[in-house]
Amino acid sequence: MQRAKRDRSTVANQSGLLGWVYAGRYRTERYLYILHRVSGLGILLYLLMHIYVTGFKIKGEEAWEGIMASFGTPLFHFGEYLVFAAVIFHALNGIRLVLTELGYLLGKPKRPIYPYPLALMRQRLVMVILMILAAVIIIYGGFDFFAFH
Amino acid sequence: MRESTLWILHILAAVVILVALGIHFAIMHLDYLMSVLGAGGGDVLAYASVIDRSEALSHTVIYIVLLATALYHGFYGLRSICYELPLGRALEKTVDIASIVAGFGFFFWGAYAVIAGFLA
Repeated sequence: MQRAKRDRSTVANQSGLLGWVYAGRYRTERYLYILHRVSGLGILLYLLMHIYVTGFKIKGEEAWEGIMASFGTPLFHFGEYLVFAAVIFHALNGIRLVLTELGYLLGKPKRPIYPYPLALMRQRLVMVILMILAAVIIIYGGFDFFAFH
Repeated sequence: MRESTLWILHILAAVVILVALGIHFAIMHLDYLMSVLGAGGGDVLAYASVIDRSEALSHTVIYIVLLATALYHGFYGLRSICYELPLGRALEKTVDIASIVAGFGFFFWGAYAVIAGFLA
C-alpha cells in the first residue's frame, strides 16, 4: 500500500534539537520524557560496548584480566555509575509511561468545564513516588559503587 | 509486522528486562547488599567468578533472554526516535534494515559468548 507523502508544511514549526530543551510551556513530564530518551540512547550505546567487552571471557583469563585492567580507571568507574543511574531512571520512568500509555493513572475523561481537569495531574503522584524511589536507589547505588568497596 | 505489534513487543520486552536486568544489577552492582543478605560475595568481575556464573544454566538462560529483549527494546526505541525525524521512505527502510542487522549481529555475538562460556 502506498504511504501518503509527508506534509512538509509543518516543517517551519519544528524546533529541532533546541526543542528538546525548551519550546514553550514545558512541565516536569516533558523533561522526564527528554531524559528518558537521552538515558535510553546512552544505555543502548553502553549495551553494545558491554556485549563486545563481555565476549572477551571466552578468550581466556589473560584477555579478560587485560580488558578489565584497561577499564579499571576511576573515570570509567564513574561512567559505570552514570549508566547505573540512567538504567534506574529509565526503568522507573518507563513503568510510569507503560501505565499511562495503557490508559491507567489518568482517570476517566471529564467534561472540559472550568477549572479544566488535567489528566496529567492525576498521574503526578505516581510520578513523584517513582522518582523518589529512583533517587533512593541511585543514592544507595552510589554508596555501593564508591563507599562500600 | 504491524506497528502496533512491534510496540506491544517493545512493552513486553521492557517488562522482561525489568526482571532480568534487576537480577543482573543486584548481582553485579549491589554486591555489598547481596553479601549482607547472604547471597554471593567476592569480586564479581574476577575471571573465576565470571566463569563460575557462566557455567550455571540459570545465568545462561537469563543472559540470553536479557540480550534478546534488551537489543530489541533498544533498537526499537532508536528506530522510534529516528522515525520522528523528517526522513523519506527510503531512509526509514534503511533505519529498519540497519536496526535489524545490528540487532541480530550483536545478539549472535553475545549469545555465542554466553553459550561458549556455559559449555566450557
